[in-house]
Amino acid sequence: MSDLSAQAVSTWLKDYADVITENANYLTDLDRQIGDADHGSNMSRGMSAVAALDPASFADASGLLKKAGMTLVSTVGGASGPLYGTFFLRLGTTLTTDGELSAEKFAAAMKAGLDGIVARGKASQGDKTLVDSLTPAVEAAQDAAAAGKSLAESLQAASAAADKGRDATVEMIARRGRASYLGERSRGHQDPGATSMALLIDSAARCLA
Amino acid sequence: MKKLINAVEDIVTDSLVGVAAAHPDSLTVDLQNSVVLRADAPRTGKVGLVSGGGSGHEPMHSGYVGYGMLDAACCGQVFTSPVPDQMMAADKAVDGGAGVLHIVKNYTGDVMNFDMAAEMSAAETGTRIESVLVADDVAVQDSLFTAGRRGVGLTVLMEKILGAAAETGRDLDALLDLGAKVNDGGRSFGLALTSCVVPAAGQPTFELDEDEVELGIGIHGEPGRERAKLGTAAQVAEQIVEPILADLDFTGTPVIAMLNGMGGTPLIEQYLVWGEVSKVLSGKGVAIARTLVGNHITSLEMAGCSLTLLKADDDLLTLWDAPVNTPGLRWGC
Repeated sequence: MSDLSAQAVSTWLKDYADVITENANYLTDLDRQIGDADHGSNMSRGMSAVAALDPASFADASGLLKKAGMTLVSTVGGASGPLYGTFFLRLGTTLTTDGELSAEKFAAAMKAGLDGIVARGKASQGDKTLVDSLTPAVEAAQDAAAAGKSLAESLQAASAAADKGRDATVEMIARRGRASYLGERSRGHQDPGATSMALLIDSAARCLA
Repeated sequence: MKKLINAVEDIVTDSLVGVAAAHPDSLTVDLQNSVVLRADAPRTGKVGLVSGGGSGHEPMHSGYVGYGMLDAACCGQVFTSPVPDQMMAADKAVDGGAGVLHIVKNYTGDVMNFDMAAEMSAAETGTRIESVLVADDVAVQDSLFTAGRRGVGLTVLMEKILGAAAETGRDLDALLDLGAKVNDGGRSFGLALTSCVVPAAGQPTFELDEDEVELGIGIHGEPGRERAKLGTAAQVAEQIVEPILADLDFTGTPVIAMLNGMGGTPLIEQYLVWGEVSKVLSGKGVAIARTLVGNHITSLEMAGCSLTLLKADDDLLTLWDAPVNTPGLRWGC
């Protein structure tokens, strides 16, 4: 069991910002294949702004998560800004009280984040978007919580499922987002959004347990 | 990458500094929000027209701010939608008490950011904010299960026609109907001879061989639907007219046509292609009432062109001919 606090969330967000910076060229390169070659630079700009938020100026984890969401909406642009922004806003409105972060709480927050993304972007599983790595991660977290697993085990399961979901996007034909204009030609390429989402969940597994 | 810039991350702001310096009398530039405004905004009693999108398509949208066209343009990063804060700042600045209309190109990011902005602006100020979606690219099959057609060349015609209508005092509901009519009757198709170099990426988005064209491109350097060998201009004209006429019947009504350069194709070639296109259209019984040739909605330095056709009744022709005075389009005044 781990504690939920603005400090703990800040550690996660800063780790993810570092990961995004390290992978910015890789993400942009994936986006060049089937999109418009800006996913890495956009996410990097947004997460750098999020990493600059001082956890000491927030009363709780919820406050920091909501501010992180608004910061992403205001700085990223494209589709990723509203989608990742909505994800963190929903996490913030779900994880309302600091203290112990249980596997159940984590799974419920992830589910709320996924629901927010689906409501905003209208994508379903199989459309070759970030939903394809997030959905299996949420399901794995819910299963782990239902089976009475620890938070650490739940996070590991979610991370493994997200990576698997990301890999599965290679064979999909895009039906949402800019890659959808390529039709059949989008097959054979890994989705950049599913990749950055898997990195986020991998980072959570490292930092939140 | 060879570009006339100071630093990649400053390209949009630095360019807007130039816009402000070039048009001090007619435009106001909010550098904080990367929003270009008519100097006389807000205009009391007139619907405020706000558009915007990723930068790199100049003159669209910032070059179409002014009398008879837009009240504000929100400039995103290169090929990246602007964020809601920008549209909210624009909405506030152009609200003259008759509501605000967003003109949005149908791209996933643009739609989401404009939607969020409209919700938040309306909640904050109580102003009625509506939107018109432009979705004219016939290279994309329209379907409920995809992102739908892209908004491309027709956006220029939409901004001109709605701008003229707003200038003459039509209300928000009338503009919504007019926008729907323009979108129903407009279609575009484009092709590229080269890719473009997004500054942040530093290299071409896609590679084409010397003798290849990419058919069905959008406006972001994204690859199109298929590649073909580059033929003569006469053959290219057939290639861009055919998919448009296959999608919508343009006989029986006058048509406004735009032959648009993508940024890296000289006007001598654009006029040459237009000459061929006009022959093909006449041969198919399409009556051209008005023609616009030039770089109006571009993809940085991409070479290539796009064709937009719009069915135009007397009302649309009158609005098209109405005076306009913007950096990118000017006639009648």
